[in-house]
Amino acid sequence: MSKPLLHTSDLTCLRGGVPVLDNVALRLMPGAALILRGPNGAGKTTLLRTLAGLQPPGAGRIDAAPDSLTYAAHADGLKPMLTAAENLTFWARIHGQDVRGESGIDTALAALNLTELRDRLAAQMSAGQKRRLGLARLLVTGRPVWLLDEPTVSLDAASVMLFAQLVRGHLATGGAALIATHVDLGLEAETLDIARFRAAAGRLADGFDEAFL
Amino acid sequence: MRALLLRDLRLAVRAGGGFGLALAFFLIVVVLIPFAVGSEAARLAAIAPGVLWLGALLACLLSLDRIFALDFEDGSLDLLACAPIPLEAVAAIKALAHWLVTALPLVLAAPLLGLMLHLPTPGQPWLVISLLAGTPALSAIGSFGAALTVGLKRGGLLLSLIVLPLYVPTLIFGAEVARRGAQGLDPVTPLLLLGGLSLGAVALLPFAAAAAIRINLR
Repeated sequence: MSKPLLHTSDLTCLRGGVPVLDNVALRLMPGAALILRGPNGAGKTTLLRTLAGLQPPGAGRIDAAPDSLTYAAHADGLKPMLTAAENLTFWARIHGQDVRGESGIDTALAALNLTELRDRLAAQMSAGQKRRLGLARLLVTGRPVWLLDEPTVSLDAASVMLFAQLVRGHLATGGAALIATHVDLGLEAETLDIARFRAAAGRLADGFDEAFL
Repeated sequence: MRALLLRDLRLAVRAGGGFGLALAFFLIVVVLIPFAVGSEAARLAAIAPGVLWLGALLACLLSLDRIFALDFEDGSLDLLACAPIPLEAVAAIKALAHWLVTALPLVLAAPLLGLMLHLPTPGQPWLVISLLAGTPALSAIGSFGAALTVGLKRGGLLLSLIVLPLYVPTLIFGAEVARRGAQGLDPVTPLLLLGGLSLGAVALLPFAAAAAIRINLR
């Protein structure tokens, strides 16, 4: 049996210094996707940001290879005054990936049906087009584990299918994805309802008000 | 890292990037001085080094809040924090980009504006040297202030309040180099202190800025 790409045990996630999730245990194998469910405010974003290393966990451990995760959130990280190709080139270079060739930006643009918009400024794109460009960024990072927070927001039905195909392709090459979504993507994936990890209310971590920071 | 620098420079010269804003501000401040204090050559010459330094410092301040705030708003800062380059390097590169886009044009324009304020000729090279040696400190300190206020709505004013007191030593030694140069005195001692300040700020503050960003991203 191969090693999991991402593995957590007894993880406590904090938001503003207050624990929202306790004892989170999840395991992501190569080629597998895990769908996160839970009502608004359940802590899906908090969990993903903690896994991405954007905020320190309150307790527990996260086991993942260094530089193996990438995160896509509500904001796409696009510069309005750069073209689609320039935006992707930037993210490819930052991650030390080839800009041209098989895994280059043109492949990523084609995968999300953006080839025609290659030289258009991000400022002149629609919300759905920007979202697709933000998702194309995942391909140029070359990272195996995708942490996706509501990736299908503002996508039309056809684009959602395109995205599902993208995730399937990523899984087929040994990648993994952790997706917080309310939409049925039609993926062969396990579903994890994070409501069962909800932390006991009103407890401050170690009695130290980190929210003050 | 070069990709980040090139992107920031490219964004600066595109529409809305703010390139030239600081330069125009510097020009206007210097043009306003004779209206306020009178146009006598002797009086202007006496205050020219201080006024030019103060003008350059305020012009630098003008664009500080853009260093991290734009990247924070569009989510780029989150993604950069996940990227393989360390956040310390991101902070250093951002300060460098700010210096190239904002401070370097000020340094180059300073001799021209010095003429307008009757700065004595021997003071001209020392003005440029003092600005060259001192503005890296302004960018480095400013990027630290920008990192501290990055998550705040309308943090610009707070940023000025945090950064201006930190600019005091740089201003004192920078203006002193320019003044001594203009009066034909030996400017080496304040210049060494100014250079030391800049080197210290450039070496240490990216680490402080990265720590501040990490806290603000939580």
